[in-house]
Amino acid sequence: MKKLFLFTFALAFFAAQLVQAATPKDTLVMASKIDDIITLDPAEIFEFSGAEYAGNTYDRLISYDVDNVSNIFGVVAESWTISDDGLTFTFKIRSGITFSSGNKLTADDVVFSLKRVIILDKSPAFILTQFGFTPENVEKTIVKVDDSTVKVVINKPYAPTFFLYCLTSTPGSVVDMKEVMAHEKDGDLGYNWLKTSYAGSGPYKLKTWKASETLNLDRNDNYWGEKAKLKRVIIRHISESATQRLLLEKGDIDIARNLQPDDIKGMANNSDVKIRKKAKGAVWYLGLNQKNKYLQIPQVRQALKYLIDYKGMEQTILDGKATIHQAFLPKGFLGALEETPFTLDVAKAKALLKEAGLENGFAVTMDTRNNEPTTSMALAIQATFAQAGIKLEIVPGEGKQTLTKYRARNHDIYIGRWGPDYMDPHTNADTFARNPNNADDAKSKPLAWRNAWDIPEMTKKADAAVLENDAGKRAEMYLELQREHQQVSPFVIMFQDIEILSKRANVEGFVLGPSFDSNFYQYTTK
Amino acid sequence: MVQMLTKRRLSKAARQTLRLLVMVLITFLGLLLITFLIGRVVPIDPVLAVVGDKASPELYERVRIEMGLHLPLWQQFYIYISSVLRGDLGTSVLTAKPVLEDILRVFPATMELAFTATLIGIFVGIPLGVFSAVKRGSLLDHITRVIGLLGYSLPIFWLALLALMFFYAKFDLLPGPGRVDVFYEDIVDPVTGFMLIDCIIAREWEIFRNAFSHMIMPATLLGYYSMAYLSRMTRSFMIEQLRQEYVLTARVKGVAEWRVIWGHALGNCAIPLITVVALSFGTLLEGSVLTETVFAWPGLGLYLTNSLLNADMNSVLGSTIVVGAIFLGVNMFSDFLYKVMDPRAR
Repeated sequence: MKKLFLFTFALAFFAAQLVQAATPKDTLVMASKIDDIITLDPAEIFEFSGAEYAGNTYDRLISYDVDNVSNIFGVVAESWTISDDGLTFTFKIRSGITFSSGNKLTADDVVFSLKRVIILDKSPAFILTQFGFTPENVEKTIVKVDDSTVKVVINKPYAPTFFLYCLTSTPGSVVDMKEVMAHEKDGDLGYNWLKTSYAGSGPYKLKTWKASETLNLDRNDNYWGEKAKLKRVIIRHISESATQRLLLEKGDIDIARNLQPDDIKGMANNSDVKIRKKAKGAVWYLGLNQKNKYLQIPQVRQALKYLIDYKGMEQTILDGKATIHQAFLPKGFLGALEETPFTLDVAKAKALLKEAGLENGFAVTMDTRNNEPTTSMALAIQATFAQAGIKLEIVPGEGKQTLTKYRARNHDIYIGRWGPDYMDPHTNADTFARNPNNADDAKSKPLAWRNAWDIPEMTKKADAAVLENDAGKRAEMYLELQREHQQVSPFVIMFQDIEILSKRANVEGFVLGPSFDSNFYQYTTK
Repeated sequence: MVQMLTKRRLSKAARQTLRLLVMVLITFLGLLLITFLIGRVVPIDPVLAVVGDKASPELYERVRIEMGLHLPLWQQFYIYISSVLRGDLGTSVLTAKPVLEDILRVFPATMELAFTATLIGIFVGIPLGVFSAVKRGSLLDHITRVIGLLGYSLPIFWLALLALMFFYAKFDLLPGPGRVDVFYEDIVDPVTGFMLIDCIIAREWEIFRNAFSHMIMPATLLGYYSMAYLSRMTRSFMIEQLRQEYVLTARVKGVAEWRVIWGHALGNCAIPLITVVALSFGTLLEGSVLTETVFAWPGLGLYLTNSLLNADMNSVLGSTIVVGAIFLGVNMFSDFLYKVMDPRAR
């Protein structure tokens, strides 16, 4: 027995010696939810974490200032000119960029990368194909003029910033043609290889990716710009907020990305941990299906907008993670409407319901993802709806399950979060305020379609706004569109996301941008 | 005569093997059919797992056809089975890699844990069981029985969380979740897939220490369950044996007491214990789903959980086949050992 005790004691002592407190000096260790990454190919990446990966490992043609989005500047494209008819963009390619493989970046790589997105036609391809590119016409529309010049012809004279902003998103990443084509199989343009590999020129390069486990990046020593400060970045998938907090407080990680308000409050007295915030583009909204006989009544839609406790939710459930916002363009976008006309006003809502002949209320369901903060938000909404006699039944489900139902228009109310695809206002106008065809078998199925909202007039207005060349006038058009939308639409837009980054006090220089593909690691020090 | 006998025996052996094969086949088909059906009945759209929320209708339809989801259910199943027979488990949506490659990568982590846990179970559980059978009613016996009972009734993920809270968060004795500290990840080449062995091969002693310390908590916990079960079973087998007359005879003959207990009595327990060890090994694989999730241990259990939550059906089916195969394999192996060790079973 005595021996057993001694043995146990010795083992515990040995183990205690094994625990290391700090992360290595040259490595940034981060806990994040990265199980949304299903591909590493910039032509296919369309998820938050994937976009962040591409933003740090690939160079895009164009980028924007994270603190002032309207300031667009060239990256791979050193400069550009636009023809008078607004259809032809000529890009001058920067010389002196080398891929991590050692290959020189030329106009061929740029042409190849853009064409590849269109020919592969994966989820994000529409960001480019909405300009009229098809696999059949790319030979003519995306052309190499010489080794440092590329000419691109679009199909309509859109506001020029629309196309430029689209090139700042992930599909505008330039891939290493020689490297990718060396791995081509059966004409797949290297897709099956690049899905799990890397061929870029960004400040970091891929070391390893284990899906839902870790993503390891190494500094790219061939990078043409200022080299990354830290040698390695390790991102570990940890989905639990409490676990992330534990690791952060113990110093086993440098940054935690997904802490819930409770855990952030719990660390308030810990001077080793600091918080940083940045407004993101995603908005929280309720989608009211217009196939539902109650929700299609204009007064009911209006009433529901008065039955949300915006302030209460902002201060309690969302505490710092979101800010009240009631228009479809998030703050920071051209023409974003910052007016917030709706507050919790039960009397007004009751009057509106009475006008609709529903003074006794009605029953309705809401499909809700069973994660936080969605569930808590749903409960709060249920409580305020009840004050006007509306019986809201919450139908909980896994993310993909509720989405399946939503996409098939089988919901009553859907509580969701929508992130813009690129920094031009058209991205959200396109989905919230356009519905070219409301038929069940429509070719395009934006959010307005998902909620069966038939709006030929508003669609025309949104189409006009994206063709306006004058930025000032264009902003005016969006403001007007949003004011109307805010009042009549079946969307109860409530909040805009704020990303909270929790870091050890010694970590500096992590760039938080307005979208996930503009969160940059390269200037981070510790 | 002799020749005929051999012939008959051979054909008997052949028949037995055939019967076994047919049984294994049926079991597998059943297992696959049920998993397959569950995967198709759940109201989650597997196409969304591939194309994401924002895909256009054309893209959605194209991928649906690529995945064969437009075909009738029986045809989908037929296609799946025939590709499995060709050794192709399909491609995982989540990792973008062939499922077989994924499983080969994650499975050693689970095996490493289950194997260590079983060793702990055998080397601690069996002696404890023997002691408590011999010294019935003693303090040690009571402690063993309480430990055994707790191991039976406490859910493993709860104990795992408690262990993390005390040994990692509060007292800082052991490292947190994961197989190694994150910055040691991907340094050692996976030769065998067993972290500890790979570290020895690569002579990375620092990483070895780190990996070892990471293993203590999950292995001990799983080992605890295995130990609880084994000690209980050993105890009751031993009590049974110690009552037998041959034990009395041996004692009367003046055989040393330790030989009576550890040689004669335990020797006779060995046969049923094999089955028990095999069963507990199977249970460990099952228990790994929860333990691995709590400890972020990158094995088959975590892989299965992630795939399930992401509607990644190929991976779920593939993992099910592997777990099923191991279960069957372990059971068949214990049957075989049985025959070797017990002449009556031949």
